[in-house]
Amino acid sequence: MPNMSLEKIKMPEQAPDVRNKNFKEVALGYTEEMAIEEAKRCLSCKHKPCVGGCPVNVKIPEFIKFVSEGKFEEAYHKIRETNSLPAICGRVCPQESQCEKYCVRGRKGEPVAIGRLERFVADWYMANRKAEVERVPGNGRKVAVIGSGPAGLTCAGDLAKMGYDVTIFEAFHTAGGVLMYGIPEFRLPKELVQKEIDNVRQLGVEIKTNMVIGRVLSLDELMEDEGFDAVFIGTGAGLPSFMGIPGENLNGVYSANEFLTRINLMKAYKFPEYDTPIKVGRNVAVVGGGNVAMDAARSAKRLGAENVYIVYRRSEEEMPARLEEVHHAKEEGIIFKNLTNPVRITGTEDGWVNGMECIRMELGEPDSSGRRRPVPVAGSEHVIDVDTVVIAIGQTPNPLIKSTTPGLKTQKWGGIIADEETGATSKEGVFAGGDAVTGAATVILAMGAGKKAAVAIDNYLKNKR
Amino acid sequence: MYKIIRKEVLNPSVKLMEIEAPYIARKVEPGQFIILRIDENGERIPLTVADYNREKGTVTIIFQEVGKTTKKLGTLKEGDALLDFVGPLGAATELEAYAGKKVAVIGGGLGSAIAYPQAKKLHSLGAEVHCIAGFRNKDLIILEKEMAEASTKLFITTDDGSNGVKGFVTDVLKRLIDEGNKYDLVIAIGPLIMMKMVSKLTKEYGIKTLVSMNPIMIDGTGMCGGCRVTVGGKIKFACVDGPDFDGHEVDFDEAIRRQLMYKTEEKLSQEKHACRIGLNG
Repeated sequence: MPNMSLEKIKMPEQAPDVRNKNFKEVALGYTEEMAIEEAKRCLSCKHKPCVGGCPVNVKIPEFIKFVSEGKFEEAYHKIRETNSLPAICGRVCPQESQCEKYCVRGRKGEPVAIGRLERFVADWYMANRKAEVERVPGNGRKVAVIGSGPAGLTCAGDLAKMGYDVTIFEAFHTAGGVLMYGIPEFRLPKELVQKEIDNVRQLGVEIKTNMVIGRVLSLDELMEDEGFDAVFIGTGAGLPSFMGIPGENLNGVYSANEFLTRINLMKAYKFPEYDTPIKVGRNVAVVGGGNVAMDAARSAKRLGAENVYIVYRRSEEEMPARLEEVHHAKEEGIIFKNLTNPVRITGTEDGWVNGMECIRMELGEPDSSGRRRPVPVAGSEHVIDVDTVVIAIGQTPNPLIKSTTPGLKTQKWGGIIADEETGATSKEGVFAGGDAVTGAATVILAMGAGKKAAVAIDNYLKNKR
Repeated sequence: MYKIIRKEVLNPSVKLMEIEAPYIARKVEPGQFIILRIDENGERIPLTVADYNREKGTVTIIFQEVGKTTKKLGTLKEGDALLDFVGPLGAATELEAYAGKKVAVIGGGLGSAIAYPQAKKLHSLGAEVHCIAGFRNKDLIILEKEMAEASTKLFITTDDGSNGVKGFVTDVLKRLIDEGNKYDLVIAIGPLIMMKMVSKLTKEYGIKTLVSMNPIMIDGTGMCGGCRVTVGGKIKFACVDGPDFDGHEVDFDEAIRRQLMYKTEEKLSQEKHACRIGLNG
């Protein structure tokens, strides 16, 4: 008997004015009963448009059917056929523009809560089963993976399962990439990320932290001197963009990368128990409209700011952030200043932020991305009273690998040029995927690229010699 | 884990440590730095590499105990290990062009330890190296023997004249230039105010000057922009574009302001640390 309710089963959450003072996870997860009830909303329709909406084509109706029957372990294995990081993707995928966008239930009422179900299944499996680790006999070939974010972890895990001797080189002291330093604890518990990393290690992958490839060893040295037969580059998009407006170097102005790294990676929200500090004043402005901006704003609120503003030059409908994050941010008291653009940041005599001059925007003709271009409204300059500013307008690939690897072709803006299906770059034996190729995107796309590259590397090495 | 294989006390607040880090030792060049973290709760701090031994696989750091992390570092003993140690970071100083030329290497306080690898490399390239090292008083003088071996001429000054030569490094430099020494390059490393004053002086004489910037850092690989410096009106990241920059182009006043950003937190951190280890009675 399908569940014909037009609404998703409500996700239990911490109350907004409680959760905006702690870093614990906001969404508490479905119970088994809730999951089964929600799974029954799926009609198992024949043409399954949801599958095509998923960047890695997870077998959605099949896993949901298992959930509706209470067969959670089978559901998990079904998801794992295509998705290596379900606990993470279930939490951070923008389902509203992927699977759930095409769900037929969404034509009249809410789509099936595919993301919540994926999360439920993954969490259930982690709590009730031990990860099956079958160490495959080695085939003697070595592959180096640069970067331990979603692309690198996935590629390494898949290659290890094929018998390759894989070493991940990570620049930071902790693995995980954006999963660790970028996405806050209240959206993605670090304990979960650590479990995924441990699973990869259990497969026999060696993770060498504090190794900045391009400095301590070049990519060429990895292949020529260290004996690696192939390399996968999963270095992400870790170069922060600044606006270039006056006052950006005043004390109290952060790039979102720095702000979030201090909080998420270095646990500045626990200062002075942890040594890394973070400065959050009474009034914080976060410039930008994506997930990073939402994360920064919500973190600032949790660190005690009285007023936190999102300052975005386009309208709310055009904000690229995940709908749930915008919704949660509003509930937590974040104030949205859309169609507003910063002009300059003002400061005191001794160099501290004391305000941000902004100008109102209106939407003009569409630009090359298809979105209407925001145009300043003359004479609408006004000052907002802030003492902290976080610039969250985007991240591009870090140029270190490109600048130290002769023969590796990149786009002008820094993205490594790689084949869409295989991740093959202009250099033989070198593959790339994830944000390092596409620019800042999503975890699921990075994970998908890691999977494709593992297959391609396997083919490449089998045909070599 | 990165083991401390040798420790030396150079003066009451400056210590030297030789750390086992074979990959870094093989690659590091003068001018580059490392970032270390003592333990899980610790912060990441940058320290310039003072020396390295490629065969032994070790890297030497010399640090001044100014805040919680450096003070805690100073309590570690030979045989202890650091949790994290990453490098080599930053761009190496381009010294090859100065082979056989005349260079003044100026170190202020701890800066002498950092300027030492540059002096040593220049000396080995056959350059005429004049080292000028300034300290507050004679008890703080460090690496005197090493600097003498790495230079053609060594001048040590103290602010209070306790070693017989009273004055600032800028006084000595000005005198040497006025006496007819034509330097092709001046390298100045030390407190921001000292690098600012040296650059101001050399600008009048039109002598190319390199300074080594030491802003607060988090990752050290160019992903956060915390170490940004304004050089010639443009934003540069000290961890990837630097740490060396043209002293005549650096906005020192802004750098000095940015260095003070966490003064309150630094004080708080130290008070808590001292209380916990019983230093405040």
